Amino acid sequence: MAALLTSNRVLIAFLLGLAILPLFAAQFTVTIVNYIGLYALVALGLVLLTGIGGLTSFGQAAFVGLGAYATAYLTTRHGMSPWGTLIVGMVITTAVSLALGFITLRLSGHFLPLGTIAWGISLYFIFGNVQALGGHGGIDGIPPVDLFGLELGSSRAFFYVIWITLLAAIITTQNMLDSREGRAMRCLRAMTMTEAMGINTLRYRMVLFMLAAQFACVSGWLYAHLQRFVNPTPFSLGQGIEYLFMAVLGGASAVWGAVFGATAVSFLKEWLQDWLPKLLGATGNFEMMVFGLLTIVVLHRARDGLWPILLRAFAIVAPQRRQMKEVEPALPLPRRDAPVPGSEVLRVIDVTKRFGGLVANNKMNLTVRAGEVMALIGPNGAGKSTLFNCISGVNPATEGEIRFMGKRIDQLGSREIAKLGMSRSFQHVRLNQDMTVLENAAIGAHLRGRKNFVQSAWRLDREEERRLLWEAAHQLQRCGLGEHLFDTCGSLPLGKQRIVEIARALCSDPTLLLLDEPAAGLRHLEKRALAELLAKLRGEGMAILLVEHDMDFVMGLADRVLVMEFGEYLAEGLPQEIQTNPKVLEAYLGGVDE
Amino acid sequence: MDASVALLLAQDGITNGAIYALLSLALVLVFAVTRVIYIPQGEFVAYGALSMAAINAGFLPPTMWLVVTLGIAVAIVDSVAAMREGAKARLPLIIVKNALLPVLAVIVVRLLPLRDLAYPLQVLIALAFVVPLGPQIYRLAFQPVAEASVLLLLIVAVAVHFVMVGMGLYFFGAEGARIPPFTDGGVTLGPAYVQYQTIWIVGIAALLIAGLALFFEHSIYGKALRATAINRTGARLMGISADLAGKLCFTLSALVGAFSGILIAPITTIYYDTGFLVGLKGFVGAIIGGLVSYPLAAAGAVLVGLLESYSSFYASAYKEVIVFTLIIPVLLYQSLTTKHIDDEEDH
Repeated sequence: MAALLTSNRVLIAFLLGLAILPLFAAQFTVTIVNYIGLYALVALGLVLLTGIGGLTSFGQAAFVGLGAYATAYLTTRHGMSPWGTLIVGMVITTAVSLALGFITLRLSGHFLPLGTIAWGISLYFIFGNVQALGGHGGIDGIPPVDLFGLELGSSRAFFYVIWITLLAAIITTQNMLDSREGRAMRCLRAMTMTEAMGINTLRYRMVLFMLAAQFACVSGWLYAHLQRFVNPTPFSLGQGIEYLFMAVLGGASAVWGAVFGATAVSFLKEWLQDWLPKLLGATGNFEMMVFGLLTIVVLHRARDGLWPILLRAFAIVAPQRRQMKEVEPALPLPRRDAPVPGSEVLRVIDVTKRFGGLVANNKMNLTVRAGEVMALIGPNGAGKSTLFNCISGVNPATEGEIRFMGKRIDQLGSREIAKLGMSRSFQHVRLNQDMTVLENAAIGAHLRGRKNFVQSAWRLDREEERRLLWEAAHQLQRCGLGEHLFDTCGSLPLGKQRIVEIARALCSDPTLLLLDEPAAGLRHLEKRALAELLAKLRGEGMAILLVEHDMDFVMGLADRVLVMEFGEYLAEGLPQEIQTNPKVLEAYLGGVDE
Repeated sequence: MDASVALLLAQDGITNGAIYALLSLALVLVFAVTRVIYIPQGEFVAYGALSMAAINAGFLPPTMWLVVTLGIAVAIVDSVAAMREGAKARLPLIIVKNALLPVLAVIVVRLLPLRDLAYPLQVLIALAFVVPLGPQIYRLAFQPVAEASVLLLLIVAVAVHFVMVGMGLYFFGAEGARIPPFTDGGVTLGPAYVQYQTIWIVGIAALLIAGLALFFEHSIYGKALRATAINRTGARLMGISADLAGKLCFTLSALVGAFSGILIAPITTIYYDTGFLVGLKGFVGAIIGGLVSYPLAAAGAVLVGLLESYSSFYASAYKEVIVFTLIIPVLLYQSLTTKHIDDEEDH
């Protein structure tokens, strides 16, 4: 590899090529590149939905149809301006996508795609059967778009409208993904963790679905004014699935995968439609068979699609979402009022947790005070993590009362509890392995920002973003991970990933920190550093509740220790008392007098 | 609408509903055991019906070379896997079972006077060259990604659907086909004239459902499938192979699908792409059952059949819209009553 192509140079060459293409290319080429732009816009929405949100839709073609028919009907029958119909189309799309999202997104992930199949089929039949919409014959005579008195009637002129729209969508999407809101979206698959960081996952799933639908709607509007004619055929369920194939084949994990997927599928389709009928001696949509096979192979062999493979093949330095090598200093974020040292922060009263007939926690009681480390120990299966989940609202208690900062929280969800100032780490690390350490930690600071996805798409969030990242970097440095800020989490050893979880929890400026086995997988020096960090946090007035198996670590750090066995209280006291408590020794060592 | 029309529509609805019920049971089974939302289920309906039509007309089963090709592919994939595990002793069985058996079946079927065979034998031959596609598809398309997310499996399922529709067009052509009924004629039951085929459909559907219930309740394989559906990891620890469970339920679903096609083809013309909508209506039934409950899914499917039948009378252009709109209140109810969604990561 002599000279590495940088992503920027390739991008500039690509844009220049695009800019001059309509000036000399044949009509056929302009037409196909126009269509690629329209398809890519829809596929971009699917990248957001599928690659980022872990959801999918087969009904995007129906949203394209919605945009196309809204403008076709309103411009031809009611003489509205195309700009007005664009807004009407987007409003209807918002309403439909929110309604569909409302009924499917609370359920498991596969109900949205199933719902969109029904939606795609239904809208197609409605387009074909409503006489006012021209039935199967469609609507013709759609006026061209008029931009400041300039009529964009030719497909060469409209080329620029399509591609500028697409590029704007790509840039704003990239901006949005590289922000507080984008980080939350990229973590949606890890729902338990994301909710525990105070993030409303339902809202973000709705937003992603709505954005994908809007991209499709705009593509439909562009299509109608390019073609100047609409009929139901291009908005069928089959076309909706073809859009998904574009996103998956191109690569649902990268925004440029959408453009590549749309391009590859469009050209391949042209070619296959020429060759397959000759090869098979019959006519029909055989190209979909090939796309189906390709999709299966890609999903088996390269789940991220063909785009990353292409980048590697041409030794192009992957377009980095963040090429930042250092964090810009910024004003510290405001902090919440710390409780008075020694005051009660958490009180658990007679908490019982049942899973069917199994009693995992039976009438547990404990208190944690500000400026204190309380350790929860017990043999494996004693119910420690279950109690953690009850306290943090991840899996609420069956009976009993939990008070945090004087407020009753046993009926609240983990998101509400996080807002009150409790944060936690997980026994099994829950980090986004593809995001950097810095981005993962910044998830914890989510509740300390306010800017929404529209503001971040247009870069109106940069001041706040700098402060959030500065906070994340600060907490990571405190935890000794200063040199790993820009590494992906997946590249860290498990022990360090646990520390990232602690830094993430600290980013929320918690009053109470719940740590589930923070020292597991750490080496001796790392454990000592962790103990020093926790002692320092305690000195600052933080309340810490921790589950841990490493007795040296616990006994050297904890102010008080509570021992559980078989879901029940066994003992509580100072570390020295617990170490000599015969009941505890029996639980751990199987009896002292044997 | 007078009473006789209403009865006719009810009969129509129940007949189709029985088919949808069978399909919805297969869909629930496949989803519960493998987490695959099996969009191609409907293709087996078309493949079964059209294969039977071909054989009935004296042609060779159109899918026979597909079964042979996929069989050889499975043999290769399995052999490679066996070699990697160092289990060379398994190779002969793998090759005989997957590759030679289909070839042998093709040789036998070419020697048979297909047109003159008894009807039930023709049915058996049609099934013999369609049902193996089920486990073959599982092995080639789904088993390599069996641990992936529901979403990825769903996309694979949709891709398989397109491949099967394309192949269906190639094998069977664009023309539709019907097959002769099991028994000609009908009988007057009270106020209604009922075709014998309708009785066959409802009767066989009921028998198949009862048979499946017995299978799950009493056979060791049925219990293994149930165990896998409840807890995949746990079942594997008990020595139940997830691959075997997957293949088994794909076989059952292919059998149910292909047989449904043969049942319905005497009263409805089946085209190569008919299966998709039929399968989706089975899905609507399955969704009514929340993709978990067998009896609710079956009841939902019969409801779908009735709704379709009556709406085709009142608003035939919109009958598909009306049927698919049925899932809205169901999903709405489920989403308002669901409290906790499982984290996919936790499984």
